[in-house]
Amino acid sequence: METKFEIEKLNLYYGTFQALKEIDMSIYGNKITALIGPSGCGKSTFLRTLNRMNDLIQGVKIEGMIKFDREDIYGKDYDIIELRKKVGMVFQKPNPFPKTIYENIVYGPKIHGEKDKSTLDHIVEQTLKEVALWEEVKDRLHKPALGLSGGQQQRLCIARCLAVEPEVILMDEPTSALDPVATSKIEGLLEELAEKYTIVIVTHNMQQAGRVSDYTSFFLNGKVIETDKTEVIFSNPANKKTEDYITGRFG
Amino acid sequence: MAARPQMDHEMSIITNDLLEMTGLVEEAIRLAIKSLTEKDSELARNIINNDEEIDDLEDSIKDKCLKFLATQQPLAGDLRYMISIMQMVRDLERIGDHCEDIAKYTLRFENEEYMKQLIDIPRMAEMAAKMVKNAIDAFVNRDLRLARKVWKADEEVDELFRNIYDELMGMVDQDASRANQSVMFLFIAAHLERIADYATNICEETVFTMEGNYEME
Repeated sequence: METKFEIEKLNLYYGTFQALKEIDMSIYGNKITALIGPSGCGKSTFLRTLNRMNDLIQGVKIEGMIKFDREDIYGKDYDIIELRKKVGMVFQKPNPFPKTIYENIVYGPKIHGEKDKSTLDHIVEQTLKEVALWEEVKDRLHKPALGLSGGQQQRLCIARCLAVEPEVILMDEPTSALDPVATSKIEGLLEELAEKYTIVIVTHNMQQAGRVSDYTSFFLNGKVIETDKTEVIFSNPANKKTEDYITGRFG
Repeated sequence: MAARPQMDHEMSIITNDLLEMTGLVEEAIRLAIKSLTEKDSELARNIINNDEEIDDLEDSIKDKCLKFLATQQPLAGDLRYMISIMQMVRDLERIGDHCEDIAKYTLRFENEEYMKQLIDIPRMAEMAAKMVKNAIDAFVNRDLRLARKVWKADEEVDELFRNIYDELMGMVDQDASRANQSVMFLFIAAHLERIADYATNICEETVFTMEGNYEME
């Protein structure tokens, strides 16, 4: 099994507050890894360290090492633009640009220098098909993306993320603002996407983590308490704290 | 305070039902043997009629478990607890069926003198009944030591069963006219041996619920 990310002794501070403590973890390629834990446990912060989104926040200090394809992404000469292209992100609330569906998808490829119309058309069709949205929107590609339903918008955001050909997709509670039907569409999609991409997903929904992921990590107070195969975490976790959290007896 | 009061409340209702079912089954074992040793046909008929109550309780517990799984979506230890209960009520129901079968033998012997006084069969029944009760107690009280102890006690029941077998076969060897009763008593002993086996299943479920595996030794 290919290791996509190797995280060693990762510490992260917001000013004097330490949000991540001595995190050691491996994230495997073409697998879905779920990060679970109570609010404020550091899972979203951790997710954002994987494509250096935390760099944008003032007062953040990071120690330790994160290797992506065996290269230290916090190393001096590492190309952050390239990193963010390879490691895309999807957020909790669908956040399409206030542009057309078509323009949302081609935005990334254009920024990365793609100008050829037929190539862009191909990317739009390809990515919308990948997120199972093509049939629903092919006749209104040039209509505003904000006219889509919440679930469609979120799939569009995933398609926008795929348009720059990433290797990893980070998802921060991607279905928490969606209804069960839209949620189940995204969940079904994840399994297919995992054939091509590595997925790391933060979720507060235990059943979702159980349904979609191959591996699950339980975070608590900035530490990783336990990482294991998902089926083990949800049927017989090794750590009492994990058990208390997933059975809802936490605190 | 419990973080999931509704869930804990529903679990305790199901646990109480399980204890009630265990009480009925335990009593059925003792009464089945009482009906046999005392040749009490009326008691035997009661046992046969009352088995329905055990069956109904099994259905009702399973139904509650199903609804619990659907609405509370338990995980880890809670999930294993519910899965175990669903297995155990099946085992308890089967024990009830064995008691019913024993009671049917009482009726078959209704107009016949026994060829011998029954000593080992009541002893075996007492052991099996205790095993069932202790197995469920171990589960409800999450007592791993007791579960493993009860599981081990099955060896004694098996040994007693072998003794009964040898004794009955010896009697048939001496006098072939005893074959009919000997076979009947052997069947009854075999029912009791099965009951003890179900008790060991219950012990295995306790270990599974608490430790997530079936390692008994």
